[in-house]
Amino acid sequence: MASVIEHISDETNRENVYKTKELNLWYGENHALKNINLDINENEVTAIIGPSGCGKSTYIKTLNRMIELIPGVKTSGEISYRGRNILDRSYKVEDLRTKVGMVFQKPNPFPKSIYENVVYGPKIHGIRDKKILDEIVEKSLKGAAIWDEVKDRLNQNAYGLSGGQQQRLCIARCLAIEPDVILMDEPTSALDPISTLKVEELVQELKQNFSIIIVTHNMQQAARISDKTAFFLSGEVIEFNLTNKIFSTPSDKRTEDYITGRFG
Amino acid sequence: MAIREKYNTELKELQNKLTELGHFSIDALEKAVIALESQNVDLALKIMEEDTKANILEEEINDAAMLLIAKQQPVAIDLRRVIVAIKIATDIERIADFAVNIAKSTIRIGNEPLIKPIVHIKKMYDLNRDMLRLSIESYNEEDLDKAKRVSKMDDEVDSLYGETIKELLQINLEKPEFRSQITQLSFICRYLERSADHMTNIAEHVFYMVKGKRYDLNT
Ligand SMILES: Nc1ncnc2c1ncn2[C@@H]1O[C@H](COP(=O)(O)OP(=O)(O)O)[C@@H](O)[C@H]1O
Ligand SMILES: [Mg+2]
Repeated sequence: MASVIEHISDETNRENVYKTKELNLWYGENHALKNINLDINENEVTAIIGPSGCGKSTYIKTLNRMIELIPGVKTSGEISYRGRNILDRSYKVEDLRTKVGMVFQKPNPFPKSIYENVVYGPKIHGIRDKKILDEIVEKSLKGAAIWDEVKDRLNQNAYGLSGGQQQRLCIARCLAIEPDVILMDEPTSALDPISTLKVEELVQELKQNFSIIIVTHNMQQAARISDKTAFFLSGEVIEFNLTNKIFSTPSDKRTEDYITGRFG
Repeated sequence: MAIREKYNTELKELQNKLTELGHFSIDALEKAVIALESQNVDLALKIMEEDTKANILEEEINDAAMLLIAKQQPVAIDLRRVIVAIKIATDIERIADFAVNIAKSTIRIGNEPLIKPIVHIKKMYDLNRDMLRLSIESYNEEDLDKAKRVSKMDDEVDSLYGETIKELLQINLEKPEFRSQITQLSFICRYLERSADHMTNIAEHVFYMVKGKRYDLNT
C-alpha cells in the first residue's frame, strides 16, 4: 500500500470578497444560521446547496443585508466584505447595494421597457446623460448574453420576453450598476432546460469579472458551474470545499448522502 | 419508491453481470489447466471458441455502465462504483484471455508427454481462482479486508512463479530436447502470474472505490 495520491488541492491565491465569522441569525426564536464560517473568493463561483429550509436564502440575503427588511431578525458575528464588517451599523446599506447585485428565483423585471429596466439602477445613481445610458444598456445586455435577442426592441415591455430572457434581463439590470458581487438565489429553477444552460454559461463568463454566489437546488448545476461548494444543513455549514472534492470525495457522510440523493 | 431505488437496482444488475463475467473467467482458467494436464486439444480449442462470450459480457457491462451514468448521473462513491465496474470488467476479460493463451500453449505442446506433473502450475491456478472469487466479493461487498487478502495472495503467486521458472530452466539444461515444451510451460506460468496481477488491480480498484484515493497494491 505504498503511494496514496491526493489529486485535489486549492492552488489559487485569490482574495476573499467576503469573510463570514461565527455568523448566527435568528428569526424570532428560530435559530436559522448557526456559527457560519465561510470565506468567499473573488472571481469564483461559490455554490450553496442543501435541502429546503436549511438557510441558503437566509445566508445570501445577509450578504447584501436584505435580511434586515424582515422584522424580528437578530444576528451575531461578523460578515466582512472587502475588509469591512457589513453588519456594523455604521456600514451604509446603500453603499453595499451598489457593490452587490442580486438575481432571484423568479425573474422580476419591472413592468417597463427593456431599456428602462436596465437603466433603472444607473438612473438612481444619478446618471442622466442619454449617451452614457445607451452605452450602459448595450454593455449590460451584451454582458448578460441577451443583446442580440433584444437590440431591435429595446422599447418594448420586458413582460413580452420569455422567462429565460427575462432572467437574463434581470442579470443585465444587475450588471448595469457595475457590481463587484452577484448573488443568485436559485436563478434557473423557474426556467426551461435550454434557458438554464444559457444562464449557466453566462455565469461562467461573468466570473471573469465578478464574484458569484449561487444558491441552487440542482446539484448537477452546482457541480457544473461552481468552483467551491458549501453544503448547508439545518442552518449549519457541514462542508465547504472545492466543488471537485465535494462531488468526488466529500469528507462528511451527510454531504455524501445528500449529493448522492439519499436524502433531501 | 425508496430513495435511489432505481440507481440501486441498475447497479445490482451491473454487479450481477460482473459476477457472471468473473465466473466465466474462473471456469475458463480451470478448463485451461484441465486441458493442459490431460493434454486435451479438443477442450483447448473449445476454450478458444468460447472466449467471445467474455468479450460480449465485457461490452454489455460497459454499455450498462454508460446508460447508468447517463440516466442516474451518479456522483462520489455512486459514480466510482460504476467507473470501477468498467475497469474491473477489463481486468476480468484479460484473465479470460490468459485462459485462451494457456489453451494455445496446450495445443502447441500437443501430445508430447509432459516432462513432469504440473504441480506448481495447478497451485498457481488454485490461487488465481481464490483471488478472483475474493476480488469480486470485495467489489460486491465493498470489503477492504478481502481486497487486502487478494494482494497478499499475489505475493504467493509471485514466489511460486519464481520457483517454477528456476526449476524449468534447470530441466532445460538437463533435457534440452524438451526445450519447446519447457518454453510453453514457462509461458503458461507467466500467464498465471500476470493473471494474478489483474486480480490485484481489481483489489486496487475496490480500494479506490471505497476510499476515493488510489493505492498501489502491486509493489
Ligand atoms: N421571513 C421569514 N420569517 C421567519 N422565518 C423564516 C423566514 N424566512 C425563512 N425562515 C426560516 O428560516 C429557515 C431557513 O429558511 P431559508 O433560508 O429560506 O431556507 P432555504 O433557502 O435553504 O430553503 C427555515 O426554517 C425558514 O422557515
Ligand atoms: Mg431558498
